[in-house]
Amino acid sequence: MLAVRAGGGFGLGLAFFLIVVVLVPFGVGPETGRLALIAPGVLWIGALLACLLSLDRIFALDREDGALDLLVTAPLPLEALVLGKSLAHWLTTGLPLCLAAPALGILLNLGWPGHLWLFVSLLIGTPALSLIGAFGAALTVGLRRGGMLLSILVLPLYVPTLLFGAEIARRGTEGMAVGTVLALLGAVTLGCLAVLPFAAAAALRVNLR
Amino acid sequence: MSIWTYANPVRFMAFTKPLVPVFGALSALCLAVGLIWGFFFTPDDYRMGATVKIFYIHVPSALVAINAWFVMLIASLIWVIRRHHVSALVARAAAPIGATMTVIALITGAVWGQPMWGTWWEWDPRLTSFLILFLFYIGYMALWEAIENPDSAADLTSILCLVGSVFAILSRYAVNFWNQGLHQGASMSLDAEENVSDVFWYPAVVTMAGFVLLFAALLLLRTRTEIRARRLNALLLRERMQDA
Repeated sequence: MLAVRAGGGFGLGLAFFLIVVVLVPFGVGPETGRLALIAPGVLWIGALLACLLSLDRIFALDREDGALDLLVTAPLPLEALVLGKSLAHWLTTGLPLCLAAPALGILLNLGWPGHLWLFVSLLIGTPALSLIGAFGAALTVGLRRGGMLLSILVLPLYVPTLLFGAEIARRGTEGMAVGTVLALLGAVTLGCLAVLPFAAAAALRVNLR
Repeated sequence: MSIWTYANPVRFMAFTKPLVPVFGALSALCLAVGLIWGFFFTPDDYRMGATVKIFYIHVPSALVAINAWFVMLIASLIWVIRRHHVSALVARAAAPIGATMTVIALITGAVWGQPMWGTWWEWDPRLTSFLILFLFYIGYMALWEAIENPDSAADLTSILCLVGSVFAILSRYAVNFWNQGLHQGASMSLDAEENVSDVFWYPAVVTMAGFVLLFAALLLLRTRTEIRARRLNALLLRERMQDA
């Protein structure tokens, strides 16, 4: 399943992330001081949007060719299927974004400690993005206009992750203590991991009824 | 006789039919009394001047905006657990009212914030979480609209409502981390030592009762409309079946 997923659209999310980051200086001006100030937030939002881009493919392709119906009847519980799908999405989207973000930080003149904390916060936060995304994808899998709706449903759910993640990167850049926020972001991710597979599996069951 | 009797749509319709005008009339009365009292017969605040009168719309609408979500949450839970169709329709009917109240609270807040804080908008935790609440309402309503099968729509929106509630509360406390607020603390709690003065308190309670009654009247009205729409669909379907 993981191997199948890794095939398509692997680089697109990364390319999108790169383009968003490149567009920002055109929007706000090239002054390095200002760019450094907004860099942690911009990089987090860019990663989040890049993640959003590939969400609708988590279940949609399998739904179209009927593989999803087979997977549902497989002995594997549906919750585990969701978990596997989220993991696959994270490996193909979240992990590359984590690795690319520090490099793109250079473009935005991000301070040096910021690179480390940006990487760490993305590493902890992006699994939550994938899990929430899998939940949204499960809700909208049967719909024709699913893509737009998926963004509207998922983006408000991303608020806590984005907020804590960008806060870690910002505090890290300014050399402040990050322990508390790091723990909170970890709690968000673990909470998503504990709850959302069940919610997503319930949504899938409704959609495949 | 339990409350579940009214899960039967026919009984629900019969029971709520006289309630809608009653709630509507009581709400109009409370709002008229409370607003006129609040606007013309209370003194100006010593710091805020006449702008304090926005309070009589701002606070009750915010109250209803949050509690409409709770109504949705409870109705969704009842649907998930007991599968009463009326309950799913109540959840559906509550969402647009809650969204409207959220907008009213945000707009009156902006109008109030302009003279008081010198800004229409501030990324204050309370303001921000209300904006996020509005986004949740939009997503919830969009999902209802997008799904054709009514039972699947009820199921999926209930799941979204349950998960969304957790995330809405999480966001509410997460934003505290990120910005300190301009918004004043709660000043109408029943258990607090210091609250607003009684002069402002009594008309505010009347307007809050008016808004809650208005919410109840609109909720019943919308639910009744939904039930009728459902019936109409069933009738049309039956007719088509007979023709075929």
